[in-house]
Amino acid sequence: MTAMTAASTEDPRRAGPQRRRLGGLRHGAAGPLFIAPFMVLFVLLFLTPLGYAAYLSLFQERLIGGTTFVGLDNYMTALKDPLLREGLLRVAEFFAIQVPVMLLLALLFALALDSGLLRLAKVIRLGIFVPYAVPSVVATLMWGYLYGPDFGPFAQLGRKLDVPVPHFLSDTWMLGSLANVVTWEFVGYNMIILYAALRTIPGELYEAAAVDGAGAWRIAWSVKLPALRPALLLTLLFSVIGSFQLFNEPKLLQTIAPDVIDSSYTANLYAYTLAFTGQQVNYAAAVSFLLGLVIVVFSYAVLITANRRRTS
Amino acid sequence: MPRSIVTSSSPSRRGFLAAVGAATFSVALSACSGGSGSGGSGGSSAKPLSQADIDKAMKTPTELTFWTWVPNIDKEVALFQQKYPAIKVKVVNAGQGVAHYTKLRTAIKAGKGAPDLAQVEYQAIPTFTITDSLLDLSPYGAADLKSKFVDWTWAQVSGSGGEIWAIPQDTGPLGMLYRQDIFDKHGIKPPTTWDEFAAAARKLHKADPGVYLTNLAANEAAAWHGLLWQAGAHPYALSGKSDITIDVNDAVSKKLGTYWGGLAKEGVISTDPDFTDGWYAGLNKGKYATWITAAWGPAFLSGSAKATAGKWRAAPLPQWDASSPVSGNWGGSTSAVIRSTKNPVAAAQFAQFLNSDPASAKMFATEQSFFPATKALLADPSFAGATPTFYGGQKVNQVFADISATVSDDFQWPPFLDQAATDWTETVGKSLADKTDSGAALDAWQQRLTTYAKGQGFTVKSA
Repeated sequence: MTAMTAASTEDPRRAGPQRRRLGGLRHGAAGPLFIAPFMVLFVLLFLTPLGYAAYLSLFQERLIGGTTFVGLDNYMTALKDPLLREGLLRVAEFFAIQVPVMLLLALLFALALDSGLLRLAKVIRLGIFVPYAVPSVVATLMWGYLYGPDFGPFAQLGRKLDVPVPHFLSDTWMLGSLANVVTWEFVGYNMIILYAALRTIPGELYEAAAVDGAGAWRIAWSVKLPALRPALLLTLLFSVIGSFQLFNEPKLLQTIAPDVIDSSYTANLYAYTLAFTGQQVNYAAAVSFLLGLVIVVFSYAVLITANRRRTS
Repeated sequence: MPRSIVTSSSPSRRGFLAAVGAATFSVALSACSGGSGSGGSGGSSAKPLSQADIDKAMKTPTELTFWTWVPNIDKEVALFQQKYPAIKVKVVNAGQGVAHYTKLRTAIKAGKGAPDLAQVEYQAIPTFTITDSLLDLSPYGAADLKSKFVDWTWAQVSGSGGEIWAIPQDTGPLGMLYRQDIFDKHGIKPPTTWDEFAAAARKLHKADPGVYLTNLAANEAAAWHGLLWQAGAHPYALSGKSDITIDVNDAVSKKLGTYWGGLAKEGVISTDPDFTDGWYAGLNKGKYATWITAAWGPAFLSGSAKATAGKWRAAPLPQWDASSPVSGNWGGSTSAVIRSTKNPVAAAQFAQFLNSDPASAKMFATEQSFFPATKALLADPSFAGATPTFYGGQKVNQVFADISATVSDDFQWPPFLDQAATDWTETVGKSLADKTDSGAALDAWQQRLTTYAKGQGFTVKSA
């Protein structure tokens, strides 16, 4: 969207000299030309698959009997599907546990780095950011090994020191263990967004605050935090989407904890299983659309809540 | 032992597991959306070809595409091309197990891009015949090969109407690998019946709480099916095209459930998921005193538990009825010709040559450490007489060759195997791991499969 508007607002100025050179080309015709490369890719790679999935979701294909048009039946089934509901509730719970912790940590790190009081700030910044550069598959495999109940380092250390270590891959701990992996992966990413936002605050504000007698904490609370609001909102939105689409981490931990993570543990995992284990591509498409809808509604709710706070 | 053992053996069972695919859902969905096309037609007329027709086809320049995950299969393919220089075989690795099947189904549905031949595991054959995607090889000379292959392998590739859907390549009859040193230390003899096995499990765990007699992996539906097979169960039976009998909670299954569920509840066996870091460590560090595994297990284990070399031995499975020893199968695969092929004669000849030509079949045993499906090779002293040091010089191949002769030939697979395996893990497997009631779990498995099968349009019966 931004690319489109940017291109179309800029084109009158640029089209001027070009029109003279090309002679007959009418004013404004260059606009569509400029956005054409984007639009072609957008339609081919984004709208077409989406439209096709929507089309698929209206059918039902069975091993016996072939494909039939069923209208919105798949959606009606999905709305009543307890497995989908459980998966959604679980990711909602995950969101409630993981996102506040992650964003708070990211905020603390960003403020600490921005304070200029840390030694080796660059090394620390890179250190916190590096996990984001590790592919999530690798990160999950690594954590899966660390969590191991028999031969994992935590368990072994615990046995050596005679300290009870929780069974990280058990039913009670799994959501927390997943939250830990995701937090480890994404704290650095969110920190960089917040840190970048902090760097854009004009120095005059700090000077003015200092003149008014504000200390470091006061500046952080009354100057930096309000200025971070848009960036925080952005990270929050990313987190909503990320949480509800949770897939890689549970999918990989499933192999080492099959009795805890079932195939409908998260909504996305459920859709995947439907399509590739059960061959129910049509129903999977309907489930995916409902999941998308939930994410849109949830994101919108977050936006509205945030904006209302700002205006009040 | 070649390094390829590890990679070649695990896929034999991997098709049974849930995919380890890492593709994000949106990508995967758009990649999988095919048309509603049918599985191609033609080739169903069961008129045998004349030798002249076959000879002519084999001299016509042709290119065959073959999807397989078997490492270094180029060597066997080279043998074929030596004999038939006109036929070029293009080997494509399209992934292992589920990833491979997903791509294959997609290509078949799309009506183009499907290979001429594909690697297909025994248990996956019905998932392709239900969609009419495989070519019946009986008119192409395959019927003459019947006597070359072990009876039960031939039964696995045969259709109810006498069709031959694939040619067997390797097999996995079930046996038991055990730690001689642990057994000796605790005065345990290799159990020959399941009762002895249970007694040994209690004795061993009591003597050393860090050791379990075996690990029945809570995620390994394939092993459970192998044990069902041994116990004489008939969990699935397809009759006609759309009638299916599902009996995964009948008396035989309940017997198995009570037995293993009981041992798991007592805590004298472990239920760790297999082929994971923890499981490998367990094998290496002596956590499990036996591994109930298939004939590809010995080669696999010698590559993955090097620390325990010399300590393992092989024995047949413990029996329910010691007077008539039987076993089941876990893993192994076949070469199948995809029905949409434009070169049915050449493709069928290739599948037959690859697996029945003595030199090629033997190469699978030496190069890929596959456990053979041909009678000749199982009786071949150079194969059966091998004395690997990992097993203290025991003739391990001979043990499993003898077991192979006791595998019954009437076990059938469902046309929705992945669903059956996933549902097993989430019901029976979970009950083993959580030490809950296995009988109720078996009922839940039956319930889930029935619901699924009905949803797919089958008429479901249970005995």
